[in-house]
Amino acid sequence: MKNTWIVAKKDLHSFFSSPVFYSLTSVFLILNGFIFFNILNFFSLQSFQAQQLRGGGIGLNLNEMVIEPSFHNMAIILLLIIPLVTMRSFAEEKKSKTFALLLSSPIHLREIIVGKFLACMIVIALMILLSAYSTVYLLVVGNPEIGPIITGYLGILLMTGCYVSMGLFASSLTDNQIIAAVISFGLALFIWIIGWGAQASGPGLGQLLEYLSLITHLEHFLKGLVSSSDLVYYFSFILFGLFLTHRVLESSRWR
Amino acid sequence: MIEVEQLSKSYGPREAIKDLSFQIEKGEVVGFLGPNGAGKSTTMNILSCIMPASSGSAKICGYDVFEQALEIRKLIGYLPETPPLYSDMVVYDYLIFAAKLRNIPSKKAKLAVDQVIERCSLQEVDERIIGRLSKGYQQRVGIAQALVHDPDILILDEPTIGLDPIQIIEIRKLIQELSASHTIILSSHILPEITQICKRVIIISDGQIAAVDSLDALTTRLRKGERLLLKLRQNNNEIINKLRKLKKVTTVTEDQPAQFTIDCEPNADIQDEIAQLTLDNKWGLVELKPVSMTLEDIFLKLTLEESEAPK
Repeated sequence: MKNTWIVAKKDLHSFFSSPVFYSLTSVFLILNGFIFFNILNFFSLQSFQAQQLRGGGIGLNLNEMVIEPSFHNMAIILLLIIPLVTMRSFAEEKKSKTFALLLSSPIHLREIIVGKFLACMIVIALMILLSAYSTVYLLVVGNPEIGPIITGYLGILLMTGCYVSMGLFASSLTDNQIIAAVISFGLALFIWIIGWGAQASGPGLGQLLEYLSLITHLEHFLKGLVSSSDLVYYFSFILFGLFLTHRVLESSRWR
Repeated sequence: MIEVEQLSKSYGPREAIKDLSFQIEKGEVVGFLGPNGAGKSTTMNILSCIMPASSGSAKICGYDVFEQALEIRKLIGYLPETPPLYSDMVVYDYLIFAAKLRNIPSKKAKLAVDQVIERCSLQEVDERIIGRLSKGYQQRVGIAQALVHDPDILILDEPTIGLDPIQIIEIRKLIQELSASHTIILSSHILPEITQICKRVIIISDGQIAAVDSLDALTTRLRKGERLLLKLRQNNNEIINKLRKLKKVTTVTEDQPAQFTIDCEPNADIQDEIAQLTLDNKWGLVELKPVSMTLEDIFLKLTLEESEAPK
């Protein structure tokens, strides 16, 4: 555990001392802010109209009309951003031959992998935290339900975990950061839309594809629903990704 | 301290090393010598538990490199061919990181890093970013990284490669200082480096051990040619007989018309006599040279490169 943290801290240090982190965070915050502004603007317009028509904005729900779509959009931006965060994890170590330092040190490979996973998670959690001003603003001026907000953030974090573990896997495959980013972006997008295949395939397979899709599970969290099935899905997804990463790195030592 | 038995490693169909066996005692300074691609780095990678061998076994302090890798990694300090440096880190932070990776508790890490900085004379640059340092300093940071946990065994893969002459001398001095208290294995394809630092040499060629010997024994084998090649313009039966009558000559064979291989006793030094004989008889001297055996071939190559390296 201590070794994991040493690796994570080192990675965090290089994130914060590189312009990549700052540019990614800026892009993330700007896009997020722009989308939030527009959603909020649309909402206020709607509630204004509703007030004129029916008197009092009954039926207009802040959670459903602002927070939920914001989370949706954040999930899409994260889909684009996370491969760029994870791409360097192993690819850069391999390229600059620094991986030998970790491999020749008395720590387990799994500690290295979990350390890198933690570092990426912390970086992205920090981005999400910085973007949380929008939620805080809504809490101050409006009266949204707090439950779905918390489960929403939980869902987003778990989804981030899946993207990160996929990204680490992609990064372990190659020593080229761009290839790592492309692979993890492709995987992430595919897992996102895999549910679309449900309609074309039969009922059995369709259900399976539906279950595999990241977005189905996120939906439940955004609605305020925390079910064990979704938690199992996310945790096994993350563990499977890390397991594959471990296999790839271990086998590359044999070659 | 280090026992290697029939170690082999193949990358796909290509065999990098074949049946290597050798032993290294505690406190020894051993040099791996061989041309590029001979399998030096592969052997060192296996010894430092970075990659497993295809077959055979290697033990360090009784621990198996495959089964008990974690124990071994505590005992060794490894400098790979390319020093594993994070170019965006400050020297001091990097060494602290390396120390912590090697299980040095945070409190002691600072002390250990201060010591290693002094030892490798990095005081001037410890606040600077590694990527901006000169190659020589980077190499020293690489050595410092291998030394920070004060390991019993140091494995240095080509520690002086790519350095300028002054830097090479500095690194060499550092290794000599370290040799007093550590078991050191270092590799090089440059002979003088090995001659100055190591007491024992393992010559690897094509993945196999060509020779394991003390340096003195090797140099005597190296310096004195025991076999000579003589090429003449003329050819007749009388020549071979006259050559055979020379003192210290053991055998003479005619490989091609007018080309003879002359074997003589060690330290015979009979080139002068043969040349004189040739001139006296007006055979027409074309070529007279010591013939190197395979091992010496390697050395010849190495000694040629030697002239580029500083004394």
